[in-house]
Amino acid sequence: MSAEGYEHPVDHDDHGHHHKETFITKYIFSQDHKMISKQYLITGLFMGIIGIAMSLLFRLQLAWPDKEFGIYEVLLGKWGDGGVMDPSVYLALVTIHGTIMVFFVLTAGLSGTFSNLLIPLQIGARDMASGFLNMISYWLFFLSSIIMVLSLFVEAGPASAGWTVYPPLSALPQAIPGSGAGMTLWLVSMAIFIASSLLGSLNYIVTVINLRTKGMSMTRLPLTIWAFFVTAIIGVVSFPVLLSAALMMIMDRSFGTSFFLSDIYIAGEVLHNQGGSPVLFEHLFWFLGHPEVYIVLLPALGITSEVIATNSRKPIFGYRAMVASILAIAFLSTIVWGHHMFISGMNPFLGSVFTFTTLLIAIPSAVKAFNYITTLWKGNLQLNPAMLFSIGLVSTFITGGLTGIILGDSALDINVHDTYFVVAHFHLVMGISALYGLFAGVYHWFPKMFQGRMMNKNLGYVHFWITAIGAYGVFFPMHFIGMAGLPRRYYTNSAFPYFDDLSDVNVVITIFALITGVAQLVFLYNFIHSMFYGKKGPKNPWNSNTLEWTAEVRHIHGNWDGPIPHVHRWAYDYSKLNKDESDYVIPGQDFVPQHIPLQDNEEEMNH
Amino acid sequence: MTVFLTLVVIILFTVSVWQMNKIFMMSRPKDTEDSQIANDKDNKVNAYLMLGFVIFIYVLSFMSFYLWWDLLLPEAASEHGVEIDQLWLISMIIIFIVGIITQWLLHYFAFKYAGKKGQRATFYADNDRLEFIWTIVPVIVLAGLIIYGLFTWSDIMNVDTENEDPMVIELYAFQFDWRARYAGEDNTLGDANVRLIEGVNQLGVDEADPDAQDDIIVSELHLPVGRKVLFKMRSQDVLHSAYMPHFRAQMNCVPGMVTQFAFTPSITTDQMRLNDEIVAKVAHINEIRNQKNIKLAAEGEEQLELYEFDYLLLCNKICGNTHYNMQMKIVVETEEEFEEWLATQKNFATTMKN
Repeated sequence: MSAEGYEHPVDHDDHGHHHKETFITKYIFSQDHKMISKQYLITGLFMGIIGIAMSLLFRLQLAWPDKEFGIYEVLLGKWGDGGVMDPSVYLALVTIHGTIMVFFVLTAGLSGTFSNLLIPLQIGARDMASGFLNMISYWLFFLSSIIMVLSLFVEAGPASAGWTVYPPLSALPQAIPGSGAGMTLWLVSMAIFIASSLLGSLNYIVTVINLRTKGMSMTRLPLTIWAFFVTAIIGVVSFPVLLSAALMMIMDRSFGTSFFLSDIYIAGEVLHNQGGSPVLFEHLFWFLGHPEVYIVLLPALGITSEVIATNSRKPIFGYRAMVASILAIAFLSTIVWGHHMFISGMNPFLGSVFTFTTLLIAIPSAVKAFNYITTLWKGNLQLNPAMLFSIGLVSTFITGGLTGIILGDSALDINVHDTYFVVAHFHLVMGISALYGLFAGVYHWFPKMFQGRMMNKNLGYVHFWITAIGAYGVFFPMHFIGMAGLPRRYYTNSAFPYFDDLSDVNVVITIFALITGVAQLVFLYNFIHSMFYGKKGPKNPWNSNTLEWTAEVRHIHGNWDGPIPHVHRWAYDYSKLNKDESDYVIPGQDFVPQHIPLQDNEEEMNH
Repeated sequence: MTVFLTLVVIILFTVSVWQMNKIFMMSRPKDTEDSQIANDKDNKVNAYLMLGFVIFIYVLSFMSFYLWWDLLLPEAASEHGVEIDQLWLISMIIIFIVGIITQWLLHYFAFKYAGKKGQRATFYADNDRLEFIWTIVPVIVLAGLIIYGLFTWSDIMNVDTENEDPMVIELYAFQFDWRARYAGEDNTLGDANVRLIEGVNQLGVDEADPDAQDDIIVSELHLPVGRKVLFKMRSQDVLHSAYMPHFRAQMNCVPGMVTQFAFTPSITTDQMRLNDEIVAKVAHINEIRNQKNIKLAAEGEEQLELYEFDYLLLCNKICGNTHYNMQMKIVVETEEEFEEWLATQKNFATTMKN
């Protein structure tokens, strides 16, 4: 398990028989990327259960604000006394729901899992560039998860200033109880999370650049790897900025500095702080916060590209355009953050600039959507659960993306900013889409993770269809309460009469949410059951071209028992015909894996 | 009891999933090893479901509009709001057309090209012309929207204080209420800072500033129709956001700085109460409140008042536990009514003397 072993991956072919592994080195402090990816996935799913359960609780409150639910008392303790949810815990629930889903589930659970699993396997490497750093990265993530969960049990309650933790609300315990110890733990947890994310990302970048097998040029990389690679770069560029914001916030909270605070009178006294600006925090937060959306989404799009091509039995349409779109999205994602701040009080001219860059990002996104649709055209679609989730992703990506054209337009944003219209938009375009990407990845690569075992497809179908209907059922009507002018983060919309007529819509949304939430139990059951009792499938169950399916089914350290395969073609030679078009290149087989050399009867396409 | 029922539901659900799975297992032919991979039958069933799904999306959209159209905000009550609504409508039409077409293509292809044994997929990897078309078309459409949007935005945000002579009003936010301060006859707000808050001087207005003497502080916002108003926003403690949905206006209130937003109200409260949409909305809300009152009467509780429409200023930035109930009434009235109302309010100098 020494790190030196990886400096010569190509001539290190006698792997797999000289490592004695103990339980601890194999399952806990493992440096093997396959085990680390499973650790990421299971931690991510566990956090996901907490995050989704929280959303169901506050959906109950929004739909039936006058009813008493015993479940509040059971789960929320003193904040659910007598079955009535306390307003402060409502804000805590939305805050922690957002934090957990964005960072812990969709950043670590999605990108962490599949970058770890697929980067070495698909580029033909024995492991990550540094197995040790990779292990540290996971355990830092685990630590930050523990701290975040612990913060739920703090006396005054967890952070409750919204997941964007804008100061002064998040900086002053006088302003809201959650900004005491709960917020301190939130900041500590996030600082550790950022360290974990940076270690992971640097590792992914170095691995993709240095450890590709012979023949695996950058233009032959599967789109999954392109997406993970670019995601890691965005992470390295933007996460440190959030760390700086978190550090300044810690200073303001604990050491009396005034980075973000000025001229405040609260709880009957004037604070000494002067000269700081909350708008500065907004800039720093969204400098990460917006790229974060793409950190969440790009891996999902990468997974979808791979799953759609494989299951369509067709090459992905416009490979080079897809790569160019990923790069364009990544670049633009770092210069659009101001569209979260059109009405923050910053100079209106800046608003114009950010409207321009924001609407530009629709172009590469549109290219991607059209390319997915064209990939389906004239295919031979194998509608496996992973494929269904991928098609579902394209659907929600389009729906959610289109409302982005409205919100990105500063003039239109004025009236829907911070309303439920925004909530509906970003849940469809990044929340649901990225979750679909996560599910697609789990169904597709489950056999790779769990040594050939496969998930039950029928339960997968049940899971997909209920989720697909439920997700639209939740978020489509939500646009309407936004257009009615209902602000988000309202504990109830019945405190004054104007929004009384929205309660029907809220009930509809909550019912869909509850059904969708329950459907996730089908997935959970399928996941756990298949882990132990899943049917073993063939070595390459989806007849895929990428290298991971040539690796051993049994997990061995170093992935391939023999030499690492060399690569002779791109990853998308599906249904390619021979020169005289009488049959596929390999007769009777509609795919040509990447390690198969160019055949005599085949035309070279220069991919 | 509820806990018990919840637990029973969860247990029953788990059992039913487990049983469903057993039935699936038993009904499955035991011959093939790759039975967890979609076969022709799965492809066919899911292909039809895909077609059903796109119809579901259309029906859901249609039903949402049909059922909930009357919930949406009424016509804009400000001059610039009309422009925003126009741009909104154009953008909506474009995204609905694009959405309907692309969703159809996506799901229809998923239906039409569902896998069958022996069906051959077409190897189709690239087409520069197609790529060019669907890059350039969004570029053109978006360029149009961007230019239109930017003109609207700069019209709204750049206030011409020289020629338009807007009336200056300060909106002051604090946990969890609003105050408005009229600049008085000189139309200039007196200096203010939270460090000067003391006793009745709730807004920290500088007593020594001559401009401050005629300032008028109120807790209900009155606006004359047809006159441009320049709002200067301040916050006492945390971020708030002054959201006036009927006027299509919003701006954050930031501690430590003064932000601004200007608009011209164009419909008085009385006129708006006669608006068909508002009449229907108020009737609907009162129907709901009457229903609740019947229930409250049965429980011997206090009755809810019947609702009458008023413009609202809402807080739209999370600001603490009572964020959900931080609002101020706005009354738009004729110039004469406004002047009459303003004359009855005490100015700052008088307040401080008492």
